[in-house]
Amino acid sequence: MREIQEFTLDELKIHLSEKALSGETVVLNMGPQHPSTHGVLRLILELNGEIIVNCIPDVGYLHTGIEKNMEAKTYQKAEVLVDRMDYMYAMGNTLVYSLAVEKLTGLQPPPRADAIRVILTELSRIQSHLLWLGTSAMDLAALSTFLYAMREREMVLDIFELVSGARMMTTFIRPGGLWRDVPVQFETMVRDFTKVLPKRLVEYESMLTHNPLFLDRTKGIGKIDTQTCLAYDVTGPALRASGLAHDVRKSNPYSGYDLYDFDVPTQSEGDVYARYLVRIEEMRQSVRIIEQALDKIPYGPVRDQNYKYVPPPRSEIGVSMEALIHHFKLWTEGFVPPKGAVYTTVESPRGEMGVFLESNGTPKPYRVHYRTPSGPLLHALPVIAKGHFVADLIGIIGSIDIVLGDCDR
Amino acid sequence: MNEILNPAVERLQQQFKGQVSEFRGEVTLLIPAEVNVDVATLLRDEFAFDLLSALTAVDYCPQTHPRFHLVYIFYSTANKVYLNVRAPLDGDTPSIRTLETVYPSANWREREVWDLFGIHFEGHSDLRRLLLPPDWKGHPLRKDYPLGYEEVQFTFNFDEIDTRKPKGEL
Amino acid sequence: MGVEPKSGSSGVMTTSLDKMVNWARTNSLWPMTFGLACCAIEMMAMQASNYDMSRFGMELMRASPRQSDLMIVAGRVSQKMGPVLRNLYDQMPDPKWVIAMGDCASCGGVYNNYAVYQGVDEIVPVDVYVAGCPPRPEGLIHGILTLYEKIRAEKVTDWK
Repeated sequence: MREIQEFTLDELKIHLSEKALSGETVVLNMGPQHPSTHGVLRLILELNGEIIVNCIPDVGYLHTGIEKNMEAKTYQKAEVLVDRMDYMYAMGNTLVYSLAVEKLTGLQPPPRADAIRVILTELSRIQSHLLWLGTSAMDLAALSTFLYAMREREMVLDIFELVSGARMMTTFIRPGGLWRDVPVQFETMVRDFTKVLPKRLVEYESMLTHNPLFLDRTKGIGKIDTQTCLAYDVTGPALRASGLAHDVRKSNPYSGYDLYDFDVPTQSEGDVYARYLVRIEEMRQSVRIIEQALDKIPYGPVRDQNYKYVPPPRSEIGVSMEALIHHFKLWTEGFVPPKGAVYTTVESPRGEMGVFLESNGTPKPYRVHYRTPSGPLLHALPVIAKGHFVADLIGIIGSIDIVLGDCDR
Repeated sequence: MNEILNPAVERLQQQFKGQVSEFRGEVTLLIPAEVNVDVATLLRDEFAFDLLSALTAVDYCPQTHPRFHLVYIFYSTANKVYLNVRAPLDGDTPSIRTLETVYPSANWREREVWDLFGIHFEGHSDLRRLLLPPDWKGHPLRKDYPLGYEEVQFTFNFDEIDTRKPKGEL
Repeated sequence: MGVEPKSGSSGVMTTSLDKMVNWARTNSLWPMTFGLACCAIEMMAMQASNYDMSRFGMELMRASPRQSDLMIVAGRVSQKMGPVLRNLYDQMPDPKWVIAMGDCASCGGVYNNYAVYQGVDEIVPVDVYVAGCPPRPEGLIHGILTLYEKIRAEKVTDWK
């Protein structure tokens, strides 16, 4: 087993000020195991009393080697690894991978699959924002919000379990469409949820939005302006809270998002309170999208019928020779897309998530790279947190909503 | 090709002798590795590409010329278009100028490429490993680096693998 | 059988030292928050009100290793995190137990590559393995109850 490798003050010299080396400021380690860092993040803080002079993030404590592992498996098997990367937006990782494979191979998911994909990913977004609300409010000492938010989240996880059998890591969205059609109770369960959630959001807002304690801890804290956001490649609610209305669902729409009518919430302050308001409003807009999708969902197949890439239904294997041969080839060798490289993006609850997929005519992906939104957010953290107290740093980390699996892959 | 990209692509082709290719609606420009900072400055200042969406590399290992392709993906929030730019690199420890002065977000991205591929960036302020421990040897995402696959313990080989496997003690 | 028939009118109960010590230990196990990845989210769901963990005496999750008895390793352990895990395990006072939650902590899970330890038992001795990716909160509760049975079966003569 390895030894712990420590940094000496010399190695970090360019990040720390001169006062650290002479001892006037304290260099403190906010280690990988900490109740409020939302995962394994290590921060090296340079403190002048309680005020942060410098903050150096150290990542890599969750590096799993997913990109290298995917190069050793076929396209269908590699999708399973991808689910566990940004574990809060599980449907989204598989969605962006499926969109990339579809762009590469020319598969077209049918409209019913598109509508169900939209419903499931918006539910996933709501579930991620609910967990963010619970944990970041818990960091700011609003402990009851955590229990209420988890109550709604259980309703979403019940819907995921109905559809695919698993609560979080579903691998339900596959290249060509979905794994299988949704059961009959799906629509009733989703409609029940969309009726319940807006009332509960009113309850959460009454607890937090005009609460003077919450306002004191969040207004004016952790400001970031649009120029800095674009320089550090920060996208998502942090960019929208600083003023620029950039949303991948509106600018480069995918999966039929241009058929639905929704707003992109923005604020102009760019502080912790603005990011909180943006995310609460995003949950309301997600409910609006889900209701429109449920009203417009067409009947039809849920997977493209191109059996060179998509497995044929089991009932056909007994009667058709071609179906049997396609099934055999897909399960032994896997499908072979044409040579080339593509880049597709979706909007995850943290920002723009993209896949760079390159194939060289073999059944295994040659290079898969995920452009994930949490890395740039952490990179911008020293700029956001400079000059604040340590207690404010906890609120800031909660508000930028990072997921370390995303950052380290 | 998207009409908005036309002026940018033509200008880059003329000035830097790049080769344009199109695949599934995406435009890729292959430029020589020495001019990457000039291309990026031009795209940021004149053609409003304000986000460097992704910076990564591809290893074509048994092939030595080029061995790596460094891939930059630029995005313009005003015009809503993507542009891919590739720079070929050769050799076992290739070196290229850093993009940090043009796009600050390239700092961590280049550290990750150094960590996983071994491509050195000249002029980078703090080139050390990002994702792996600082004393790790080798660059994992290269094609000649092994996956690190460990033999699985089934019932028939349980005891013989058990003797080799490290165990945590109290 | 209640306490009154056993104690009679004198208010005295006899039992064995084993049973009393083990009863005290199981009823207030304090877990240390060691949520690393996706399994941590299911551990948080177990702590919330739908699958309540405080019925087993575990509502407090002590972040400090010096104040906890149980370490639930929830998630994949990467090469950088391994020595940190051992360091924290060494700081926990005796008696201490470890539950390996999820497939990645038990055996490396889906990831068989250079970056993930193939099972956290390469670093610390594990008492209970809970399978699942991620295990349902009820699965983790079953793991905790299995640990209770293990603790209740310990004997004073085995203490080191």
